[in-house]
Amino acid sequence: MVTLSIDGREVQAEEGATILEVARDNNIYIPALCYHEEVAPYGACRLCMVEIAANGREKLVASCLYPVEEGLRVKTNTERVINNRRMIMELLLARCPDSEVIQDLAKQVGVDKTPFKLEDKQCILCGLCVRACEEVVGVSAISLVNRGVNRQVASPFYEAPDACIGCGSCAYICPVNAIKMEDIGDTRTITMPNPKMKKIEFKLKKCKVCGKYWAPERQLEYIARIAGLAPETFDVCPDCRQ
Amino acid sequence: MRITAKQLKQKAKSILDNYQRDQGMLVSILQDIQAEYNYLPKEAVVEVSQALGAPLSQVYSVATFFKAFSLEPRGRHLINVCLGTACHVRGAVRVLEAIERELDIKSSRTTKDLKFTLETVNCVGACALGPIVIIDGEYHGQMKTDKVKALLENYT
Ligand code: SF4
Ligand code: FES
Repeated sequence: MVTLSIDGREVQAEEGATILEVARDNNIYIPALCYHEEVAPYGACRLCMVEIAANGREKLVASCLYPVEEGLRVKTNTERVINNRRMIMELLLARCPDSEVIQDLAKQVGVDKTPFKLEDKQCILCGLCVRACEEVVGVSAISLVNRGVNRQVASPFYEAPDACIGCGSCAYICPVNAIKMEDIGDTRTITMPNPKMKKIEFKLKKCKVCGKYWAPERQLEYIARIAGLAPETFDVCPDCRQ
Repeated sequence: MRITAKQLKQKAKSILDNYQRDQGMLVSILQDIQAEYNYLPKEAVVEVSQALGAPLSQVYSVATFFKAFSLEPRGRHLINVCLGTACHVRGAVRVLEAIERELDIKSSRTTKDLKFTLETVNCVGACALGPIVIIDGEYHGQMKTDKVKALLENYT
């Protein structure tokens, strides 16, 4: 255990935990967009920057990546931190002016307009979908491709990815709802925030008992395979199985 | 010369074997394939992913990250127009435009007959010779718009 202070409050924390984790455990709010407890931290959005005192100098660090240490003094609300957050929200607002999540978060830090040139993107390149697909689902169907201003989330060659099982984890985890998912009848449609990609469609499995379409066939095949279950395991939906 | 899928696969396999199919050598493997074909054919990228046991999405991510890789077929001759500061003030942009007109393509594109790929670089360190056009690694200094046509005609 180490002892550190956040905004003057003394807190105890497990060694190796990050500032952001410790702050959340202690109900201290630090805004963050690319952080999710289920996947490894990534440091992409820079919204979680806080100020720490090191060798007599104050510096900004990404709290989602910075491991706590004995005697660390963290400030989450200095003028420098707040200005930094505002700047990031202005940039994000310019990139995704139509995103409600971004608009709300911007308002929260006191930003309601942006001096930067407006774009019409939906994705903020936080990489959460890519990390969830790799670390949680284990199929790595999508990745971040190209670089610089052309960076985007995409499947290989912008085609419907063979590896994708249609589970929708990317859509669930996306902090700005840039990935759209819809189940209509026997088909699930996933739309990536990439104009070069077509909608990806998945056939849903029908429950033998109630007739409800309840999950993508490919996802069920995948689960049966990695868990070593018989293919008929999922012929009946969880509601009817009880 | 058309490359068949089978030849491609074989070539990719032998390159992969040179690196003991080591995932850590991904960039070198792609470089060798790029050197062989002047671009990364899709079949080769898929082959590399399978042989290394690395997800295709990750191989694709690397293949699209570096400017040295191209996923589109590239021309037999690579033209690099230097747009560094020194070349720029000596009229490199006009030289570039003249080449674009002559070949009827924009920068970072390849001509339909796969003869030329046109790209720009930011300073090649030979500022005294500017404006410089480099074709297949050969430097052509003090380039002028009216010399462009004759220069390109040297290549087949
Ligand atoms: S699609 Fe969503 S989760 Fe994926 S990188 Fe973009 S903003 Fe992040
Ligand atoms: S949450 Fe720390 S950089 Fe995004």
